[in-house]
Amino acid sequence: MNWYEFLLRNRSEVFERSIEHIGLVAASMAISLAIGLPLGVALVRRAKLQRWVIGAANVVQTIPSLALFGFLIPVPWIGGVGASTAIVALSLYALLPILQNTVTGIAEVDPAVIESARGMGMTPRQVLWQVQLPLATPVLLAGIRVATVLCIGVTTIAAAIGAGGLGVFIFRGVAMVNNQVILAGAIPAACLAIAADLGLGFFQRSIARR
Amino acid sequence: MEFRATTYRLPSGTPLISGLTLSVARGETLVLLGRSGSGKTTTLKLINRLLEPTEGEILIAGRPSASWDPIQLRRGIGYVIQDAGLFPHWSVERNVALVPRLERWPEERIQARVLEMLSLVGLPPAEFAERRPSELSGGQKQRVGVARALAADPPILLMDEPFAALDPITRADLQREFRALALRLQKTIVFVTHDVREALFLATRIALLDHGRLVGVYAPTEFLKATEPEIQAFAASLEAGGGHKGVQ
Repeated sequence: MNWYEFLLRNRSEVFERSIEHIGLVAASMAISLAIGLPLGVALVRRAKLQRWVIGAANVVQTIPSLALFGFLIPVPWIGGVGASTAIVALSLYALLPILQNTVTGIAEVDPAVIESARGMGMTPRQVLWQVQLPLATPVLLAGIRVATVLCIGVTTIAAAIGAGGLGVFIFRGVAMVNNQVILAGAIPAACLAIAADLGLGFFQRSIARR
Repeated sequence: MEFRATTYRLPSGTPLISGLTLSVARGETLVLLGRSGSGKTTTLKLINRLLEPTEGEILIAGRPSASWDPIQLRRGIGYVIQDAGLFPHWSVERNVALVPRLERWPEERIQARVLEMLSLVGLPPAEFAERRPSELSGGQKQRVGVARALAADPPILLMDEPFAALDPITRADLQREFRALALRLQKTIVFVTHDVREALFLATRIALLDHGRLVGVYAPTEFLKATEPEIQAFAASLEAGGGHKGVQ
């Protein structure tokens, strides 16, 4: 039996797991954006704090994902086995590229443009929303793209703590020493990552052209 | 507009402007002339409160600048900088309409004003209004910069080496047109340059700055006759065929 025959025969479960997978990624990205964007904006003018926060996000990034999932299980409130723990860990992973690109994107806006915006009488809020954020958008989107692809990959590990998603096939396949089962999880996950990358890349270019 | 014993120091204590006392009459073009690092730009930024004086004060329309709301103050002062500082993600039309929109003018009045301003600076609106700054030459960008600064009809105009980065021919064109414009509009203009020719050509009076201190204020006709060594140095640069030190 080929991996795609297996995949076809189990298409309803593959579909279900894919939806679960996308759900985990979407929830984690939403949380990560909700924290990362405002935090990044707030850090632009605070060089010292910025180094600390980005340093911390970097450290999180170096923790092997399986270990991070494991670490979070005993933590009260957010821990336990299941999707919520996985979403916390995934959000932490996605945070660094979002934070980093928000800060760099805004910091790299031409200072002459900012100076003339202030000099013409824009309030700091107007400068942020009408000048800095729109001009930082391409860099910001690049960060979101990296974070999304990363998140889709790491989400396969989330099955290890009972969060579901396409990783379920991978872990099952490993346990059964059955490559077809592994591929039934790995290939749809890879397709999701490629689709997200292409889709966001396309979006990024269409924004840049405007 | 009047500077009263104004000093600006960096947080490290190094003074960029020391005890500047200077008044600018309504409707005149005062040129701040000096070498790089003489404090010209700092002086300009003290006027629109991008910087705050460490000591002394600046009176604008008879009121200390510190008593103005900085946002309201800046909307009443046009500001043009060297590379124009146009918003690259906005069309020429939106750039020019910036301050009127911030001031919530009615839309039809904004539209009319933008057309008027573009025509004033010699850019046919039909051709240029929808362009992006990236689709303009250096000279055209500066024209848009001037149009944007004048759009809300501010009584004061600050210009920080607006023509310094242009090629000599475009620069001469813009200087000539700007002089005519300044005479016609009767704005109070403070114009920063390191170019003596430009200063002599545009100024009602020239204020010479050296290391953050005012050397003196001269009418263009007296300037080259003055005996101060710093002026002699500038005069010599003129004779050497220089005067344009290029981009700062």
